[in-house]
Amino acid sequence: MRDIAVVGFAQSKHVESDTHHNEVEMLMPVIADVVKQSGIGAKEIGFTCSGSCDYLIGAPFSFVQALDAVGAWPPISESHVEMDAAWALYEAWVALQHGDIESALVYGFGKTSTGDLGEILNLQLDPYTVAPLGLDHLSYGGLQARAYLDTTGRSERDLAEVAARSAHDARDNPNAVRRGEVTADDVLGEPPVRSPLRPFDCAPITDGAAAVVLAAGDLARRVCSRPAWIRGIDHRIEAHQLGVRDLATSMSTALAGDTAGVASGAVDVAELHAQFSHEELILREALGLGDEVRVNPSGGALGANPVMATGLIRIGEVAHRIHDGSATRGVAHASSGPCLQQNLVCVLEGTD
Amino acid sequence: MAIPDHDALVAHHVLEFPGGYKRSLGPVIGRFLTELRDGKLVGVKLADGRVLVPPAEYDPQTSEATTGEYVPVGPGGVVTAWTWVPQPKRHHVLQWPFAWALVRLDGADTAMLHAVDAGDESKMATGMRVTARFREERVGHITDLESFVPEPS
Amino acid sequence: MSTEPVTMMVEAIRLDFELGAGTAQSRFLLGLADGELRGQRCPVCRKVYMPPRGSCPTDGVPTEEEVLLPDHGIVTTFCVVNLQFHPAAPPAPYVCAQVLLDGADTPLFGLVAGVPADEVRMGMKVKAEWKPREEWTTNLMNIKWFQPTGEPDAAYETYQEHV
Repeated sequence: MRDIAVVGFAQSKHVESDTHHNEVEMLMPVIADVVKQSGIGAKEIGFTCSGSCDYLIGAPFSFVQALDAVGAWPPISESHVEMDAAWALYEAWVALQHGDIESALVYGFGKTSTGDLGEILNLQLDPYTVAPLGLDHLSYGGLQARAYLDTTGRSERDLAEVAARSAHDARDNPNAVRRGEVTADDVLGEPPVRSPLRPFDCAPITDGAAAVVLAAGDLARRVCSRPAWIRGIDHRIEAHQLGVRDLATSMSTALAGDTAGVASGAVDVAELHAQFSHEELILREALGLGDEVRVNPSGGALGANPVMATGLIRIGEVAHRIHDGSATRGVAHASSGPCLQQNLVCVLEGTD
Repeated sequence: MAIPDHDALVAHHVLEFPGGYKRSLGPVIGRFLTELRDGKLVGVKLADGRVLVPPAEYDPQTSEATTGEYVPVGPGGVVTAWTWVPQPKRHHVLQWPFAWALVRLDGADTAMLHAVDAGDESKMATGMRVTARFREERVGHITDLESFVPEPS
Repeated sequence: MSTEPVTMMVEAIRLDFELGAGTAQSRFLLGLADGELRGQRCPVCRKVYMPPRGSCPTDGVPTEEEVLLPDHGIVTTFCVVNLQFHPAAPPAPYVCAQVLLDGADTPLFGLVAGVPADEVRMGMKVKAEWKPREEWTTNLMNIKWFQPTGEPDAAYETYQEHV
């Protein structure tokens, strides 16, 4: 296995709705920033992979147009996943394992303000027996939250405390959309949108982008003083139908975490792709993260949720804390599909 | 280049399949919806004897093909999870406050997703019993089952 | 009620969006409302993009320098449509073309009219025929079509890189 590291991470200053910039205009400064940070020339990068979802703006092949932000000339080796860019990073990591390239650019973006996210995510559900009923993401989130509280005996206050902590932590994140001094009582004081979930329990609508540069072995050491080495990375998926799964746990996250080697060292920081407060609690348990582990110091997805970039941002936020020396070993998680159906876990480490 | 807000043009854009998107159902979903048109709910047996509802072509755990043996389930069942919708969205199956629920029908080993027309959130509880309410006019669509309703106690 | 097995389902699918044009395209469309054709120049390769994209796709940099282009140019390539494939399309046979406005490095898509379809040529010099001014909106359809100016055709070497 080649040693691959994150040597650069950039994200937009996310906003709730950006009517001034189309996807390319939103991406250009982020890509320019990450390439500059990496110390690797734009035309030297060996492979480019992006994650996005054309349905977010209703434009087929919008991901192809997004390449305008990369300057794909002379023609580049490039790929795309119609899912969160954390999986684009996984594909880039696999490509780097082959040994014929030394670096990769990974980016993700989403303008979720453009359409109705609930209606869009409905279309990923079973087309015969579920989608025609109109089930949206807040609704299936509510179902899973209820299953979790019923099974574990945790309370709505436990959820509200996650929401309040995230809003507080996001104050230190200049790129977050939702931040502030919010108490659990404030969260509980609002009427539920889908009981037991209240507005602050649900990630905000966000427009934004993010990018990462990966480099192999010697190149990573040359361009980065403290590369964030990927020590393990794995992803697993569960069955599609909600009624055949145990919604109170995340078996796929536990399995991916095991395979990625989460438990083989101390975890200084974890960034979990929890789009609802209950998801953070489910994911902590699945990854065996105790109360002492600092989870989502960035504010997490509850602070900013540029769908399709949010998972990549979790990897970037852990890498960033390794780069700046505030952490040595961290876990990043990304999720896809309804109710944590598919989960990716990445273990990153810096060496002194 | 920065432009003032009023210069940032926005247009309403619709992505639509006019006349609808046609799907073939295959023998398994086709059987489920044919029975539904007749006002009946069925599941399919897995190799180990458990009953999968809604029926599917493959066992979600073992990936083996399901047996092709259909058994009646419901019309009553138990709510295993639920959430309340105070303000339904335009595509929701019910257009007044209702609950989504996972319902494990009597005779089934898995739960199916549908709506519960409970009237008020206070009527909902995990573990409660509900029963299927069918539409008068049925065509072979999941909404032939209009919703579940609390079972009269 | 039918006794035939149910084999198909039809589902209405509809998504609505409030789609922002972004900065470059908003500037382009607003220009059209005033009868202006606004391109953008790349600071690196100096190419002028029409329509403007806000970025240079070969250099991956913002293209902020606006360039006002004239409404005349040459046909770099064209297609004669003989099938009336859509009721809203012009009556067949009609000609659609790539028109390289003078000063632009990428061509604009448009119709060519005012000349029989079998007389349209690569290199033909054309000028935009606009709708009446009071009908202009933020839309490229303000230009009804391009029609020949009668000038001699441009030599192939002068536009061969834009074909």
